[in-house]
Amino acid sequence: MISFFNVSKIYPNGVRALQEVSLQIDKGEFVFIVGPSGAGKSTIVKLIFREELPTKGQIYIGGRSVIRMKSGEVPALRRRIGMVFQDFRLLPDRTVFENVAFAMKVICAGRSEITERVPQVLKLVGLGKRMDDYPPQLSGGEQQRAAIARALVNSPSIMIADEPTGNLDIDTSWEIMDCFQEISKRGTTVIIATHAKEIVDAMRQRVVALNCGEIVRDEHRGVYANAT
Amino acid sequence: MFMRMLLRQAYYILQEVGRSLKHNSLLNFAAVGTTAISLLVLGVGLLLVINTNQIARTVESNIEIMVFLKEDVSQKEAMAMEPLLKSVSGVKEAEFIPREEGLASLEGWMGQGTDIRDTLGDKNPLPDAYKIKTRDPQEVDAAAAKIGRLPGVEKVRYEQEVVNKLFKLNNWVRIIGLTVIVLLGICAVFLIATTTRLTLFARRREISIMKYVGATDWFVRWPFLLEGIILGCVGALLAVGILYFSYGMLTAKLQETIPFLPLVSGGGQLLLIFEGLLAGGVVLGAIGSTISVRKYLSV
Repeated sequence: MISFFNVSKIYPNGVRALQEVSLQIDKGEFVFIVGPSGAGKSTIVKLIFREELPTKGQIYIGGRSVIRMKSGEVPALRRRIGMVFQDFRLLPDRTVFENVAFAMKVICAGRSEITERVPQVLKLVGLGKRMDDYPPQLSGGEQQRAAIARALVNSPSIMIADEPTGNLDIDTSWEIMDCFQEISKRGTTVIIATHAKEIVDAMRQRVVALNCGEIVRDEHRGVYANAT
Repeated sequence: MFMRMLLRQAYYILQEVGRSLKHNSLLNFAAVGTTAISLLVLGVGLLLVINTNQIARTVESNIEIMVFLKEDVSQKEAMAMEPLLKSVSGVKEAEFIPREEGLASLEGWMGQGTDIRDTLGDKNPLPDAYKIKTRDPQEVDAAAAKIGRLPGVEKVRYEQEVVNKLFKLNNWVRIIGLTVIVLLGICAVFLIATTTRLTLFARRREISIMKYVGATDWFVRWPFLLEGIILGCVGALLAVGILYFSYGMLTAKLQETIPFLPLVSGGGQLLLIFEGLLAGGVVLGAIGSTISVRKYLSV
């Protein structure tokens, strides 16, 4: 599903974010990308999402080269990827319903589709009763669930989250992770960049550990850090 | 299917426009205000220039050369000079004014109550004369000099100083007026660009979210473009409205006090300015929003 071949990324300011990273993520996998800040987690997320282009190497998503993609094809790529951020990125002047519906309007879905699909997805993340509230009226966890609903509404084959629990307490973080697990069970590839050690250790999923832009460990049913 | 998608997209875009017009009222007010003020100042400048032009042209076209003939030239000979005078380069019209007519007009000019004919007795002291108009006010000087050298011509008189000064003044008015208009135009563009940039800065989050959920660049751009056009148009309408009413009132007042002042009122030139300002508002709004939105599209 997602393949990185010897990918290096050097930002214009000279920061070497990734060095010769090769990575293979299959369809339906649940992957944690862990590591200290500055290890290159966010860069991997941005490269998959084609917010950034690599300095060297090749990236394939669903068999297509992201690098050779024309900028006009990027929207189509992003419609197949659901993206969740640490800071939620909801529009504060629109209700939860409108925030989620927004993602469907962008791809020109019909109105009846929207009125059917949006409540369905919101119910799935447990926000069925808060559809008409505005994001500032919600708790952090609820806002993140609204953001997950937005990422999910167009049924993407890949779901990427960059520090989705970074702004949340541990109980709320678990609720969010349950959401992701539910999504994963439905066959969506889930990639989560995080440094929430407790959660990663408890969930025993595939863990890709980064340090200084290099993959230092990649194991299935892994933990945040090896006991040394 | 494709048609339905397109219609749907148009509908969503219009929805976004309506929403943004309703929700960003303060920034929209600022944008309309800057456009209106910029175009208003520009319009005042344009009106000043076309009016000074008109006044200058009227005065210029009224400049005449009076050619007085020698006493010993008979009326017949005098009338025969017309083709000769007309052949002088630059001369457009040559009107013969026999001495009787000159006296009559002098009488009229001095008004009733003065019995000029009584004072003068039977003798008419005025010579036969020609009233010459040139094609171009710039040619007055040269034409007058040439006519003065013709046989039978006693004296040539024209408002030489006035002509020269007026000509210089008018040139300056045109140069300064055009410079001011160009500078004001540039100012207007910058003001509007700054305002749209401000608007977009406030909404950069919205744009980035649109891009994250897979909106095409045009889907993002259209609402801003339409909004820019609408705001530019409203600003321009405001400016045109203010200009139209205040100019109408001002010219009416001025015509009352200085009736001979040849001001531009009504008609093609004004309409052209107003249409130009409206088009300017629309174009400024469209360009301003497109240029500014580009910066935030590269997500």
